[in-house]
Amino acid sequence: MKKLVHRLGWPGTIALAVVLLFVFVGLFAPWIAPYPAQGAGAPNVLAKLAPPSADYWLGTDHLGRDILSRIIYGTRVSLTNGVLIVAFSLLIGLPVGLAAGYFGGWIDEALMRGTDVFLAFPALLLAVLMAAALGPGFLNSIIAVAVTWWPWYARLARAEVLVLRGQPYVEAARLAGVSHPRIIARHILPATGRPLTVQAALDVGPALLTAAALSFLGLGVLPPTADWGQMVDAGRKFFPARWWYSAMPGLTIFIVALAFSVLGDALRERKGGTVRAPA
Amino acid sequence: MELLRYILRRTVLSAFVVVGVTFLVFIVAQVVPSDPAALYAGPRPTAEQIEKARQELNLDAPLPARFATFAAAMASGDFGVSYKSRRLIAEDLKAYLPATLELAVFSTGLALLIGIPLGVLAAARQGRWPDRLGSFGSIAAVAMPTFFLAMILQLVFAQWLGILPLSGRLSREIAIGAPLPVVTNFTLVDALLAGRLDAFGNAVTHLVLPALTLASYPAGVAMRLTRSAMIEILERRHVVAARTLGLSEPRILFGHALPNAMGPALTVIGLSFAYALTGAVLVEIIFAWPGLGRYVSEAILAKDFPVIAAVTMVVTICYVVMNLLIDIAQALVDPRVALS
Amino acid sequence: MPLLDISDLCVRIPTPEGEVHAVRAVSLRIERGEIHGVIGESGCGKTMTGMATLGLAPKGARIEAARFHFDGADLREQAKALRGKRIGMIAQDPAAALNPVLSIARQMDDVIRAHRTLPREARRREAADLLAATGLPDPGRVLKSYPHQLSGGMQQRVVIAQALATGADFLIADEPTTALDVSVGAQVLALLRKLVAERGLTVLMITHDMDVIAEACDRATVLYAGRSVETGPVEAVLQKPGHPYTRALLAALPDAAPHGARLAAIEGSIPPPRTRIAGCAFAPRCPKAMPVCAAEPPPERARDRHTWLCHLPEDAA
Repeated sequence: MKKLVHRLGWPGTIALAVVLLFVFVGLFAPWIAPYPAQGAGAPNVLAKLAPPSADYWLGTDHLGRDILSRIIYGTRVSLTNGVLIVAFSLLIGLPVGLAAGYFGGWIDEALMRGTDVFLAFPALLLAVLMAAALGPGFLNSIIAVAVTWWPWYARLARAEVLVLRGQPYVEAARLAGVSHPRIIARHILPATGRPLTVQAALDVGPALLTAAALSFLGLGVLPPTADWGQMVDAGRKFFPARWWYSAMPGLTIFIVALAFSVLGDALRERKGGTVRAPA
Repeated sequence: MELLRYILRRTVLSAFVVVGVTFLVFIVAQVVPSDPAALYAGPRPTAEQIEKARQELNLDAPLPARFATFAAAMASGDFGVSYKSRRLIAEDLKAYLPATLELAVFSTGLALLIGIPLGVLAAARQGRWPDRLGSFGSIAAVAMPTFFLAMILQLVFAQWLGILPLSGRLSREIAIGAPLPVVTNFTLVDALLAGRLDAFGNAVTHLVLPALTLASYPAGVAMRLTRSAMIEILERRHVVAARTLGLSEPRILFGHALPNAMGPALTVIGLSFAYALTGAVLVEIIFAWPGLGRYVSEAILAKDFPVIAAVTMVVTICYVVMNLLIDIAQALVDPRVALS
Repeated sequence: MPLLDISDLCVRIPTPEGEVHAVRAVSLRIERGEIHGVIGESGCGKTMTGMATLGLAPKGARIEAARFHFDGADLREQAKALRGKRIGMIAQDPAAALNPVLSIARQMDDVIRAHRTLPREARRREAADLLAATGLPDPGRVLKSYPHQLSGGMQQRVVIAQALATGADFLIADEPTTALDVSVGAQVLALLRKLVAERGLTVLMITHDMDVIAEACDRATVLYAGRSVETGPVEAVLQKPGHPYTRALLAALPDAAPHGARLAAIEGSIPPPRTRIAGCAFAPRCPKAMPVCAAEPPPERARDRHTWLCHLPEDAA
């Protein structure tokens, strides 16, 4: 514990605790939520739009569902969203970056000009276009964001590989006639994968923010599945008179994204990294 | 000479990027959607209507031919017709683009106006409370969902304090009671051209909240960049020399050190502009701002692909051109950029 | 009464590795109207003495002294107030001392404005006059220029004009000629002498170059390892140096050695600023060191107004 605080500082440690708390809440949502059925979507018309009270700590929504339970269930969607966006992006970006950096030459040029095109779009706009083309839905919204996200990892991976490629042991392996796939698997991938995974883990926060923006626009998961961004949007009709409907999930998004951001900052203090624009 | 070559190279690269962007938009807007013809034919179309739509949209032609047609149309500014309203999209853009640009420019200005002085202050008071508060603020600005911040600002400034309008671009009394002659579609410019100070002031008050929403994140970045640049500059010899010449501290900070930190400011202009164009989708819905963002969000609900494609194209080109201009400006300010 | 009166100045700077003794015991007495040279190797504390006088010692530095006065005012309290009003500085590297992104006009104007309330036109005339006073031809063109458009000598003249614009009567010149060509450096020294004569300035000239002392100074103080070891009129110090270190410095001059002879460099190096020194700091490098030198602080020896610290009796020097 002491070592952790020393490494991350107090803000970083608290942020890490918050992130872990949300992971825990997401994993055990049915056991933690006060009204699991409502969290999963069952209406409760007798208590429509009730303000926060002892029964409903954070109030209820327009179908009378407990907002706290909805937020707890929404944790699953939001965190999975964030993780999957980053994972998909890594899955596309890492091979592209490896290939560009390792082979160089025209392959590098072609792949990097390709990433230029993707990076030329304002990210959210391309995601919106993609999501609209694919139609709303959980997986589609993730693909839509990942499409705008992978070029970052391709670039990061390429930069890492460029450094590695010049290392004597890689050079030696090549001269010894070791095959390209084998060199990449043995020497390049392990050394590139690690820093990239750390960066990716920190990007879950911004990824989750972008996903929330899409679902706010009606391009995320479909009701009755609970989702923070969608809840903020649904509550907008009742804002500000029934402020809790939008404010509670909005605040939740903020807290989670802030935790990731502070955590990233605490890690970056020690070593360089990039800051990504949110949506 | 180096500079000229650099500018030329960046311009050519940008042109290639625009071609790539066109291709990508074409794929996403025309190839990915399952059946554009059905959408084009209107509600509950007959098989005949769909067939007619397929022909009108040229959907049966081979892909390369379709892309050529699409690219040629985009290049000539012909964005086609909206599926939903059947209006010419180019006409709509003429009305909506200025509204979004006005917002983007205003929020960029606001971001610089807030972020840079805070960054200077944080650097001058390094490690003390203005610095810590500012650092936390800039992290918080990154984590704040745009749409949520917009709603909070509405709640505080429009609902509770009542000092700023909730939404819209002009008050009803002006928009309907005494409308401005439309010349440029930039309300501020039109108001000045008409000599209408009342309308100008009214337009500014409407701009503040959406612009502030869009400015929060770039202001945070501006603060961070300015802070780190200033910390380095404040240790340079000419700043020490300025101290020995008896210049006042604000004069040294803003008059002598800050002009050396123009690199970050340019970076922030680009970033802020991009952020405003992107965030417009979210912010314009909430503030009922009649710009591209609201236009495209309505198109999303109606699956109006030509509109979505047109807006994406236009905004992305604005973005590419902006980035090109900023790269050139960076190279002019600091010739070392062109050499790398 | 001397204008600058420093006695046993000691500056300690905290660092993560412990306190650094940048200045151990420096005494300086500078009379009005003189150019007083302070000479020593790098690390001897000459620049830090200047910075402390300007109130620009690093953050957290501890400054102690028996006397640390400027014109009767205690510098420990008033250095900031005097800096830029009565005490000015001419920096080592004029290219670094001028702001690269502001025009000379703007930089001159800022200084004049900070000290006097004058209308715009008068300030501009004043700026041109000051530039002309430093011997710059065509001040109008210089005003319109940016620092990188000027030669090193012109830049240094602008820096001097800025110092004059503050109205300061005491200037600390920190190696003002090091960054310049020899001939340009000589011109700058001549300019300083002329300004001292015409405007009644007093100059503290920090240098590591005996030639500068010989060329421009009236009196000189030699620093070694944070202590002033010898002080006196320039002719006396140069022709009859008392301290072995001063003699070694003079012997190291290229034209002091006979043609063909090996350049007499000083063996060894200065003690690191964290060590404690019991006796004479120069003893380990001194060709005439005796056992007592390492054990006890050396006594002060004097010949007229020329004094030095050494265990060797005067006639043995």
